[in-house]
Amino acid sequence: MDIKREAMAGTLESSDICVTVQPAAEGIRIDLNSTVENYYGDSIRETIGAVLQELGVRNALVSAVDHGALDCTIRARATTAVKRASREEPQK
Amino acid sequence: MRRTMLFLPSNNPNMICNGGLLGADSLIFDLEDAVAPDQKDAARELLKNALGSLNFGKCEIIVRINGLDTPYWEEDLEYILPLKPDMIMPPKVSGGDYIRTLDQKLTELEAKFGIPAGSTRILALLETAQGVENAYEIARASKRMMGLFLGAEDLSADLRCKRTKEGSEILYARGRLVCAARAAGIEVYDTPFTDVQDLDGLEKDAEFAKGLGFSGKACISPAHVDTVNRVFSPTPADIQYAKDVFAVIAEAKRLGKGAISLRGKMIDAPIVQRARLVLEAASEIEGVDYFAETV
Amino acid sequence: MRKLCNSLKEAIEKSGLRDGMTISFHHHLRNGDYVLNMVLEEIAALGIKDLTVNASSLFDCHEPLLGHIENGVVTGLETDYMSSGIGGPISKGVLAKPVVFRSHGARPAQILDGTSHIDVAFVAAPASDPMGNCSGKYGPSACGSLGYAFADAMKADKVVVVTDDLMDYPLTDASITEDYVDYVVKVDAIGNPKGIVSGTTRMPKDPIALKIAELAAQAIDASGLLKDGFSFQTGAGGASLAVADYVKRIMLKRNIKGSFALGGITGYMVDMLEAGCFQAIQDVQCFDLQAVQSIREDPRHMEITAAQYASPKAKSSAASNLDVVVLGATEIDTNFNVNVHTDSNGCIIGGSGGHTDVAEEAKLTVIVAPLSRARMSIVVDKVLTVSTPGSSVDMLVTQYGIAVNPARPDLEAAMKAARLPVKDIRQLRDMAVALNGPAKPYARTSDRVVANVLARDGSLQDVIYQVK
Repeated sequence: MDIKREAMAGTLESSDICVTVQPAAEGIRIDLNSTVENYYGDSIRETIGAVLQELGVRNALVSAVDHGALDCTIRARATTAVKRASREEPQK
Repeated sequence: MRRTMLFLPSNNPNMICNGGLLGADSLIFDLEDAVAPDQKDAARELLKNALGSLNFGKCEIIVRINGLDTPYWEEDLEYILPLKPDMIMPPKVSGGDYIRTLDQKLTELEAKFGIPAGSTRILALLETAQGVENAYEIARASKRMMGLFLGAEDLSADLRCKRTKEGSEILYARGRLVCAARAAGIEVYDTPFTDVQDLDGLEKDAEFAKGLGFSGKACISPAHVDTVNRVFSPTPADIQYAKDVFAVIAEAKRLGKGAISLRGKMIDAPIVQRARLVLEAASEIEGVDYFAETV
Repeated sequence: MRKLCNSLKEAIEKSGLRDGMTISFHHHLRNGDYVLNMVLEEIAALGIKDLTVNASSLFDCHEPLLGHIENGVVTGLETDYMSSGIGGPISKGVLAKPVVFRSHGARPAQILDGTSHIDVAFVAAPASDPMGNCSGKYGPSACGSLGYAFADAMKADKVVVVTDDLMDYPLTDASITEDYVDYVVKVDAIGNPKGIVSGTTRMPKDPIALKIAELAAQAIDASGLLKDGFSFQTGAGGASLAVADYVKRIMLKRNIKGSFALGGITGYMVDMLEAGCFQAIQDVQCFDLQAVQSIREDPRHMEITAAQYASPKAKSSAASNLDVVVLGATEIDTNFNVNVHTDSNGCIIGGSGGHTDVAEEAKLTVIVAPLSRARMSIVVDKVLTVSTPGSSVDMLVTQYGIAVNPARPDLEAAMKAARLPVKDIRQLRDMAVALNGPAKPYARTSDRVVANVLARDGSLQDVIYQVK
C-alpha cells in the first residue's frame, strides 16, 4: 500500500492509541509517545511495524500517542490509519 | 440463556476490553447507532481485532450491523463473519424480504470464509411500525431466525407517540412480538430501559416484560445488568416448585400412578415443560445440577 | 500577654526561627491550602535557610515549595503523602536529602516521643481567638477536624496559629487550646474552601469500579464482621467509596447497627451515620463540606487527633478498635505488599497516609483495585515500593475475583462458603499478564535514593530511587 495522504485513527482516551500516518520519502519511521513506554514501548513499535509490513507499506512516517492500549487495539488503529492514508480522497 | 443483552459501543477499546466482566449473558457490539458514519471503518477494525484476541468468558457475542438501507452492512459482515459471532443483529427489520436478503448474504459469506452453512443466527431488531406488523412473517423468514428484539425508541418515533416510562404506547408492540415469536417457536427480547439512574423503574419495567412472556431484556448501561438478570432468573420459590414437580412425577412413577397432582393442581405437560425450563435456567445460573437433585 | 501579631513576619521573627530548624504544617485545607506557601514566602524574604518542612501531606497547590527547595530555603522534607505535582520533581532529584515518608500514625507517634522534633509549628486554623483557642469547624475556610495538627501543637517549641477568622475570646468549641499556642496571626485567607474537596471523593460511574465494590461488600459480609457493633473505614478513592455504598445497602436491609466509622470522612460516611448505620464517626480529617457541616452540628461526629486515630505508640487507638478497612493500591504484589507511593514508572504520586496504620490494626483489611489500569497490571511480582507490608493485608478484591492472603485460611474458607470467586493471587497476576501482554521488566535508572519510607515503628521499610 502507498501512503498518499495524512490520516489518523484512534483517540487520546485511556486504553486507546491515536495513530497518525503520513507520506514519507524513504523508509519507515515510528515516533511513539506512550504512558507505558518503559514496559511496552518496544512491543508497541514492533506491532505497528508488523502492521505496516503486512499491509505492504514501505515508506511512511507514523506518530502514535498511546494511553495504554492493548495489542489488539494498537493493531486495529494502525490498520485503520494506514487504510485511510492509502485512499486518494479523504473519506466522505 | 439470554436474560441480559448488553450494548457496547464497538469503537471504544475500554468498554470492549471489560465487556466480559459486566455480568451480561450476551454482549451486543454495536456498529450502528453507537458509531459515527466516519468511524465505521475504525469500529469494524477494532471489533475484528478485539473479538479475535480477547476473552469474553461465557458471554455470547452478538454484533449489531448497520441497516440494509445503508452502504455499510455488507462490509460490516465481511469484517465480522470470519470471527464467527454467535448472532448478527440487523436493525430496523421491516419484513420477510429484509431477512431473506440478509440470509442470502450470510450464506454467501459463510461459503467464502469456510463457515458451516446456516450456522450464523439472526436476532432481528424490530423498531418500526412496519416491522411490528410483520413480526410473524419476519420470525418465520429464515431458519437462521433465533429471536425478535423490540426497539421501542425508534418505534415510538415512527408511531409519532411519546415514549414514556410506563410504556402503554408500546404495549401493543410488546404483545405482538411475544405472540409472533412464540408462534414461530423462537425467542423474544424486550427493549432497553433508558433511564440509567432509575433502578426501581427498571425493575418494574423488566418485571412487566417478563410477565408478558419476554425471555430477557437488552441493557444500554452495565448498571442495569444485575437487576435485569435477577428479574429474569427463576426465584427460589420457582425453583422449589419445579423440584417438587419432578419429585411428584418420580414418586407417581414409582407407585405406578397415572394422574399426578401437586398442591391440589393437576400436573400436565405445560407445567412439566415450564418446570424443566426453570431448572435448566437455575442450573446454568448457579452452576448446580438441579436435575440431579430431583432424582 | 499579647499573642496576636500584626503580621506573619512578626510571628516568625518572634518564634526565633533560625537556619537549620524544622517547621511543620498540617493538611486539612488539602489542595486549597495557602498557609504553607505564605509562611515559606515570608521565611524566604527573611533570608532564613536550610529548613526542614514536616507537613502531614503535600498537594499540588504547594508547588511554590519547589522554588524554595531550589533557592536553599528548604533542604529537608518529611511527610506522609505527596501528590504527583510535588512527587514528580522530587523523584527527579531536586532535593539533595532524601524525603522522609511516615504514616499518619507514625508521624504523631514520633513527634510525641521526641524522635521527630519540631521547632515551629504553623497551625492553619479556620477560626481562632486572639489567645489561640482554635477550631476547624467555623469560618469561611472551615475544614472540620484539625486532627493532624494536635501533635505538632503539643510538642513544637513554638506554635503559631494562622487564621482568617479571628473570633472573640474565648472560642468555646476549640480543638487546639491556648495553653499550647505562642502566637496568633490574622491573614486575609488561609485557603480556598473549594480545594478542601479534592477530586478523589466522588463516587465512580465506571462499571468495573462498581463491580469491584459490590464484590468487596459481599466479601466483607461473608467475613462475618458485618453485624451489630460493626466499625468501618474506607479510603476516599472512588472504588473505596462505592464499597461504602454497597455496605450501607446491606446494613439497611438487615437493620445492622454499627458502632463507628473512622478516618478521613466524606459525606457518604455522614449519610451512613444519619441513616443509623453507625452510632458515631471518629474524624481525623474531613474530605468534603458535608463532613465539615456534620462535625460542626452533630455531636455523634467527633474530632480525633492523629495519635488517637492510629498512633502505634498510643495506649489504644481508634484504628486498633476497627473491624474493617477498605483501601486502594497502585500496585499489589504476590506477597500482598501494597504500593501507594509510586506509579509504575517509579515516580512518587502519593504516600501511605493512614493506609499502613489501619491496614495493620484492622481485623480485616481489604484492598480494592482493578486487575489492570490502561495496560499496567496492578497485581505484580514485586511492588516498586512497599508502602504497606503484605502481613497487614488480608485480601485483594478485583473485578476478576478475590485473592485471600494465605496467612488467613479462615477467611478464604468463609469466602468459599459464601460461593464468592476466590483466586490465588498468582492466578490474578497471570490473568493480568494474559490481558496486557508480557511487559519488559522494570529497570531502575539510578542508585540515588530520593525518599526513605519508614515503617510504623520508625525503622526503614523501603527506599524510593531517583527516576529520569
